[in-house]
Amino acid sequence: MKFLLIEDNLDLAQAVMTRMKIDGHIIDHAEKIEDAIAFSETGEYDLILLDIMLPDGDGRDFLRRHRAGKKDTPVIVLTARSQVSDRISILDLGADDYVTKPFDHAELQARCRAVLRRNAGSAQTVMQLGDVAFDPVAGQLTVRGRDVSLRNKELRLLEILINAPGQIFPKQKLVDRLFSYDDDVSENAIEVYIARLRKHLGGSEVSITTHRGLGYRLDHG
Amino acid sequence: MADAVQISGSLRSRLTATLIGGAAVLAVLLYLIARTYAAQIAQQGQDNVLGASVTSILDAAVVRDGQVEVDFPYAAFSMLSTPADDRIFYAIYQDDTLLSGYDTLPKAAATPGDVSFDTGSVSGAPVRIATASRRMIGAELRTDITVSVAQTQDSLSGTLTEIGRNVALFGAGFFLLAVALSFWATSATIGPLQRLTRSVMQRGPQDLSPVSRPVPSEMVPLVSSLNSLMGRLDHSLRQSEDFIAEAAHRVRTPLTTVRSYAETTLQRVDKEENRQALRSMVRAIDESSRAAGQLLDHAMITFRADHLDRQPLDLVDLVQDLVQGLTPVADMKDITLRVHGDAVVPYAGDAILLQNAVRNLIDNALKYSPGDGAIDITVKAGPTPTIDVRDEGPGFPQADMARLPTRFARGSNAAGIIGSGLGLTIAQDVAVAHGGRLVLGNDPKGGACVSLSL
Repeated sequence: MKFLLIEDNLDLAQAVMTRMKIDGHIIDHAEKIEDAIAFSETGEYDLILLDIMLPDGDGRDFLRRHRAGKKDTPVIVLTARSQVSDRISILDLGADDYVTKPFDHAELQARCRAVLRRNAGSAQTVMQLGDVAFDPVAGQLTVRGRDVSLRNKELRLLEILINAPGQIFPKQKLVDRLFSYDDDVSENAIEVYIARLRKHLGGSEVSITTHRGLGYRLDHG
Repeated sequence: MADAVQISGSLRSRLTATLIGGAAVLAVLLYLIARTYAAQIAQQGQDNVLGASVTSILDAAVVRDGQVEVDFPYAAFSMLSTPADDRIFYAIYQDDTLLSGYDTLPKAAATPGDVSFDTGSVSGAPVRIATASRRMIGAELRTDITVSVAQTQDSLSGTLTEIGRNVALFGAGFFLLAVALSFWATSATIGPLQRLTRSVMQRGPQDLSPVSRPVPSEMVPLVSSLNSLMGRLDHSLRQSEDFIAEAAHRVRTPLTTVRSYAETTLQRVDKEENRQALRSMVRAIDESSRAAGQLLDHAMITFRADHLDRQPLDLVDLVQDLVQGLTPVADMKDITLRVHGDAVVPYAGDAILLQNAVRNLIDNALKYSPGDGAIDITVKAGPTPTIDVRDEGPGFPQADMARLPTRFARGSNAAGIIGSGLGLTIAQDVAVAHGGRLVLGNDPKGGACVSLSL
């Protein structure tokens, strides 16, 4: 997916961009409202991540101008405020959702997915791998023409694996990305989800192989 | 607030009392003046008749053969007849000798050619006496004839009593009318003040805009200082709000950077020791930002609880909105949020506070629920509007149930779960501010059930 991040703090922007790239997303960065307007007018983005406090104005000004310009790219606001009244006015101005800083990337991804699902039709994100088609936004897996709907953890696990076919992912890293930090889960928990995915993918050209001591890999063909 | 204001009388009663007092003084004055004037006029009438009577008697006096003769004209007494049958006395003196009449009648000095009037009494009855004298000059006779005619005042006082009664009635009527008018005038004067009071009282706690309705010129100084006070209050509130927002921004932004880098690094580091350290880092950041957020929320709720901004709302709508917002988070744990109960539950409450309370309850349920489960939220209208949140987690430890809603208290099974110990406190404070309560319980089938009744 292609994101536009509007954030004036360079360190934070860098951190978020690095993290997003790990998940295989493309992300552009604007520091100011002026730049952001220029970016959003020239590029096609699936989603805009917007900080509220910016050097040349309030992020809400961008929202207003963005909506006035008939752009329907969904916007998720990154806010450092926790006052509920502030959140309400953010949503009133046409943001699709918000996350409170500091945010869990898994939550941000989940919110992005939910927003994109609500705005279905604007983004074509279906990935094709042999006889398997996967739409991470809709959470839809199609195996040899048969539709399978995935639960959230299965979906995220498949998304990680399918973004980098042929790469081995250690169990622990998969656990880190699938479970939140306050869940105390053992590495074995991942095996349940691997088993479920294998069942869904059964009979297709795509398979998940176990590499003892190393982790899991998605193979195609 | 009202008990802090010292009350010194009431403008309304002061104004009413002044107006009514003035009307009473005016009514009494009116009564006295009208009565005195009537008495004067009545006296004038009696005097005129008495004078005419005296003059006619005096005119009838002639000197014949050196003797004074008085032939009473009939009219002299008939003109004095009254409805009350007043008694008439007369006395005729030649020089100082009584010629005819009553010697009990007080003798008055009279200047010739002029009728003088006096008030006296004859055998205890008050009378009005008219006296006149005339110098008779005949052959070898030169004498002064003095005639006095007196009349009792029964008819006059009867008339005066009647006039007095009428004037008193008139005065009382005037007084009553003035009282009614003064109530009306007071209301008309106090009216703008009351309307101003109402418009200030009807404001929501957040409304610090200046008073814009037109006010009488006398109230302009008060209203402008009120406006300027509200302006300053608004300014300082806005400043502290901005300050809090700015402070939160300054603290949270670097935390976000650290958290993002920690998460990113975790994806790249293989050594278990380092990974453990990074995980602890992320947890510590979550812990501190959550505590900061909850503390701010709690402060805001304590502030707002004193000035509830009650608006009509639908609790089901409110819960649905929250559920929609929290669904992505629930999805991450494959937890389904289900809303049950009535279709519409109208309630007048502070939406921001209620949202915060219910969000905390659902947050808690999400944190303590195992994955792949469901959280059931039931909204019921009767007998009291209630929101139940039921999860499939371990439930509340029996021993902790009573103290959990107190500030910073956490259950004995909360180890390893990020929390500030303020969530239930916030929910309870909101319930109490709305006149309701928060009830903690455990489902017999397992799981905690928190009930927010309003």
